[in-house]
Amino acid sequence: MALLEIREIASGYGEVQILWGVDLTLEEGQLTSLVGANGAGKTTMLRTVMGLLKPWQGSVWFDGRNVSQLPAHAKAELGLVLVPEGRQLFTDMTVEENLEMGASPRRAKGHLKRNMERVYTMFPRLKERRYQHAGTLSGGEQQMLAVGRGIMANPVVLMIDELSLGLAPVLVLGLFQSLKELKADGLTMLLVEQNVQMAMAVSDFAYVLAQGQVELKGPSRELARNEHVRSAYLGM
Amino acid sequence: MILQVEGVSKRFGGLQALSDVTFDLPERQILGLIGPNGAGKTTLFNVINGVYKPEEGRVLFRGEDVTGRRTYDLAHMGLARTHQIVRPLNELSVRENVMVGACFGREDHGLKTAGEIADEVLRFVGLGSRAGQLAGSLNVGQKKRLELARALAAQPFLLLLDEVLAGLNPSEIAQMVETVRAIRDQGVTIIMIEHVMHAVMNVSDRMIVLDYGKQIAEGTPEEIANNPRVIEAYLGDPHLAERLMEET
Repeated sequence: MALLEIREIASGYGEVQILWGVDLTLEEGQLTSLVGANGAGKTTMLRTVMGLLKPWQGSVWFDGRNVSQLPAHAKAELGLVLVPEGRQLFTDMTVEENLEMGASPRRAKGHLKRNMERVYTMFPRLKERRYQHAGTLSGGEQQMLAVGRGIMANPVVLMIDELSLGLAPVLVLGLFQSLKELKADGLTMLLVEQNVQMAMAVSDFAYVLAQGQVELKGPSRELARNEHVRSAYLGM
Repeated sequence: MILQVEGVSKRFGGLQALSDVTFDLPERQILGLIGPNGAGKTTLFNVINGVYKPEEGRVLFRGEDVTGRRTYDLAHMGLARTHQIVRPLNELSVRENVMVGACFGREDHGLKTAGEIADEVLRFVGLGSRAGQLAGSLNVGQKKRLELARALAAQPFLLLLDEVLAGLNPSEIAQMVETVRAIRDQGVTIIMIEHVMHAVMNVSDRMIVLDYGKQIAEGTPEEIANNPRVIEAYLGDPHLAERLMEET
């Protein structure tokens, strides 16, 4: 059964419409990627699903329930968790304090210890730097911390906005390998990513967004070979 | 050549925003300037129209070295631009906004002539019926047209368009593309930065692709769409993806 179902979502900012009726379905235990060129509407999609933006039309269904009108914090309580673009860490707090902040939903508090162990096992670098201020971490470490903070919220669905943006290839590879581990643990994920090649390599199913609409969708292995993906980015 | 950019480099602290960018632009062409986020496209506009002085290289406009020349001098010489984020003078009418463009453009027009130019330009961009309205009351699509009208009122030889299609709906995009073509047909040379790829591919005579401040490709839209370096810049490195698939 679909764990998260987005139906005919229209959304935008002020009077600017960005999304023009997008349908998207997340199957339980799968990693779904949402790719598309700059300005295609990927971040707007995540913000709308999360409740940071109110949908103009359409609905968001989580675990069979219509959650379209719920604010972001209420969605986090249900287990819908967003790792935002640009990390948005608490730079003057330590690594460990940032992780603790991630466990602020009520549903996550009881699992704090176990989830912290999980994060430290996945990212030993963060354990080494647990008492260091987040602002002193490298870009790659900050991204690990952002993902780690998401895991601390004990997600049912983890949504990640731009995992690889601005990072060197070796770090990108490491972060994507962590996603594979999370997937092996059975976590349902939605990945928004500019690096199409990496997104296709890691995900089960993919959507290509262009000009606020779904241009293509399908199993990632099939889409990876699809010439239309290139044309969705390059216009011809 | 109306514009020659020769070996232009621009740094911001430790960030190399542009490195060794070189191209020539013949008159009456539309040049599409594309590249992923942060590639240096707007920085290149800012170097061309004098907002930034490059550390290296030079910019020749109509045969004259104008590197580091002030923006308002360049406007007088016939170089106009639009901005990605439009900021009309909201308390003035649409017509008055465009008159400002005419007064600070290629020629020193008095208010009467500036008004006539404004009326003509507003008709051309399809805002004729909005002339008396306050600029602040326009919607996004109309504000984009006003931004274009202000630049056109300067009667430029070269027009730099920074994402004029961003935020427009599909039918507004089609209209704007036609307007851009019509401007070129009147003899104005155009460089356009654009993310709406099908539109810029459709309208450009030639294209340049920037990635991390470097010029990675130049050619016709078709050449650009099939260039492996461009595809990699937009879609990512296929070899890294292969490694991810292999390692478990």
